[in-house]
Order: sequence, then structure tokens, then C-alpha cells
Amino acid sequence: MNFQAIQGEGWLLCKAEQLINWGRSRSPWPFPYGTACCGIELMCALASGYDMARFGAERVAFTPRQCDVLIEAGTITKKMVPVLKRIYDQMAEPKWVIAVGACACTGGVFRTYSTQQGIGSIIPVDIYIPGCPPRPEGILYALLKLIDKIEADHPLYKKRQQVVEALEAGK
Amino acid sequence: MSLMDRIKDCLGTDLIEISEFRGDVCVEIPKNRVIEAMTSLKEKGGFDFLSDVFGVDNIDLYAAKAKKAKKKKKGEEEEEEPKKQGPPPPRFEVIYLLLSLKTNERLQVRVRVPEDSMDVPSVTGIWKAATWPEREAFDMYGFKFKGHPNLRRLLMWDEFKDHPLRKDYPLEGKGEERHLNYDTV
Ligand code: SF4
Repeated sequence: MNFQAIQGEGWLLCKAEQLINWGRSRSPWPFPYGTACCGIELMCALASGYDMARFGAERVAFTPRQCDVLIEAGTITKKMVPVLKRIYDQMAEPKWVIAVGACACTGGVFRTYSTQQGIGSIIPVDIYIPGCPPRPEGILYALLKLIDKIEADHPLYKKRQQVVEALEAGK
Repeated sequence: MSLMDRIKDCLGTDLIEISEFRGDVCVEIPKNRVIEAMTSLKEKGGFDFLSDVFGVDNIDLYAAKAKKAKKKKKGEEEEEEPKKQGPPPPRFEVIYLLLSLKTNERLQVRVRVPEDSMDVPSVTGIWKAATWPEREAFDMYGFKFKGHPNLRRLLMWDEFKDHPLRKDYPLEGKGEERHLNYDTV
């Protein structure tokens, strides 16, 4: 990351966006949403062998209100669709989604009446991880990619853009 | 007394067919006598445990057989006499798997169900364990278990129209989708 700041004794001068991104990218708290076999790989990636906490995914949040990254690992049946959507809607901004495995990306081998063919049509997905299942390294790599993505974000500019759009719509 | 004989004893006139394949005994009973036959199997036969209830859709099996018979006829026209054709067998079967916990014997009971009358007496009064398997069989095949306390879908969602394990239901579905509805979810 190209974090540029001028600092002296007791003060630091940098862009506010940089500071926000620095905070966000270093604490992407995951919400583990394991619905099938990929969930096992996710557990493995979270546990001490691979230890996702090294990259800031320190605290696994089992409540959608207090998490940043929804890690969807496993098959989503059509019966499960409203549940997933509702959980995503409950998450507070800013929020990101990682789709783990072929099932979450495209439906995988389950091209049937009961399986949702990819969660991309329900909620916006930031990172897709292929594989059936992907190895824990794959999940860690996706998290690093997500961190890159967060660092390249412009949160304040987006906020301003939203305000401008809202004002224009109001006119 | 062998298992076959004991079952014959137990069922009496309710027995349509009994067969054994590699040690597994299978009996067929008429649909309107399910409750009586099952009660006597439980009380007299000692089958006190119901492992599972599920269905079978034979539509493709019978279609394939009819095709084969036709092909044969074309090949050896003169030699073979036209066979007598009985009424087509009912499309569905409900299968009950019973277990005796005392003697560790298993029994398969099948009931034939024609497509135009899908009512089957529920065995929930005999084995409480039948509630969920019967709901699943209803969900997947559409059997109407008469006397079931709560015959709702088990696996598919409530608004789903079809019965997906029927052989004429397409594998990829008929485009059913389930959408978020905050008022009902
Ligand atoms: S992608 Fe493979 S391993 Fe992952 S949930 Fe689907 S079937 Fe299981």
C-alpha cells in the first residue's frame, strides 16, 4: 500500500480517505456463512493452521450487524435465497462479499431445480473463488485480493457522489 | 418358522405378493388395507421400528418395457404369439422399510398407488416416526397421506407447485424462483 503521510512529533498529516482505507483494510471481520462442504475449508482457513486472523480477519462475527465481509461458502438452495438476502441486507455499510467455491459462484455440479445458480444474481459479489472446494490458500488469497480492493476504494468520493445524486434527484 | 412364513401368517389375506432377494423380504399389500396390515405387522410380527417411507415413480420403467416388447415382436413376428396384456401397472409405489429391534430382521412393504387416486392411509397413528418421511414423500411425489396431522412440504418451500422427484419433472425445474418477501419470511 502506498500510504503517504507527513508526520512529526504528535501529529500526522495524510489524506482522510487513506486513513479510512487503512482502518477498513486491516480489519475485514468475516461473517462465516458455510452452507455445505466448502464451509469445512473455510473453517480450516480460519483456524490456527492457516490463521486468517493474520490478515486482519481477527474476529469472526456471528452476527450480521458487526461484520464487514460475508464469506459465502457452499451451495445455496433456492429455499435458502431469502435467508441469504436478508442477512446481506442486515449488514452495516461498508460491506463486501466473497463467494467461495463453484457452488456459490455458479451452482457448481448442482444444475438442478433446487439449487440457486450462483449467488451473484441475489447479492453483489466482490470476489469469486473457483474450486470444488478451493484450498484454504485460495480463501486467504481472496482475502488479500479483497484487501487490495478496499485500499483502492474512494469512500469519501463515493459518499459525496451519493449526496450529489440525492440532491439532484430531489430537485 | 422362517420370516416368510411368519409374515404370511401375520398378513393373511392382505398379502398380494411376497418375494425374497438375497435375504431381503419384500411384500406387497393393497392400498385400502394399509392400516390393518401394518398394525398386525407391528403387533404380531414384531416390526416395531419404521426406518423410512418413500416413493417410487415407475413411469419410465413401464415405458421402456413396452418399447422392448414391441421391438421383439417386430423381429420375430411369426414365432411369437401376441401376449396377453393386462391392465398397466399403477404408476407410483409407496415403500415402507420396517425393522424389528428384537430380532434385527428387516422387511420392505410396498403399496401400489395409481396416478388418479393418490390417497394413501397415513401410518402416523402406528409409528410416530412416519410424520417427516411422509411429508417428504408428499413433497417429492404428491401422495396424499390421509390422516397425517400436518401434511406440508418438508424440503421445498411452501409456494412450490410441483413434485420434483416425479420422472416427468425436468431436472432443471420449471423456472421456479423464490424471492425475498419481508412480510412472510
Ligand atoms: S463447490 Fe464443491 S466443495 Fe464447495 S460446496 Fe459446492 S460441492 Fe461442496
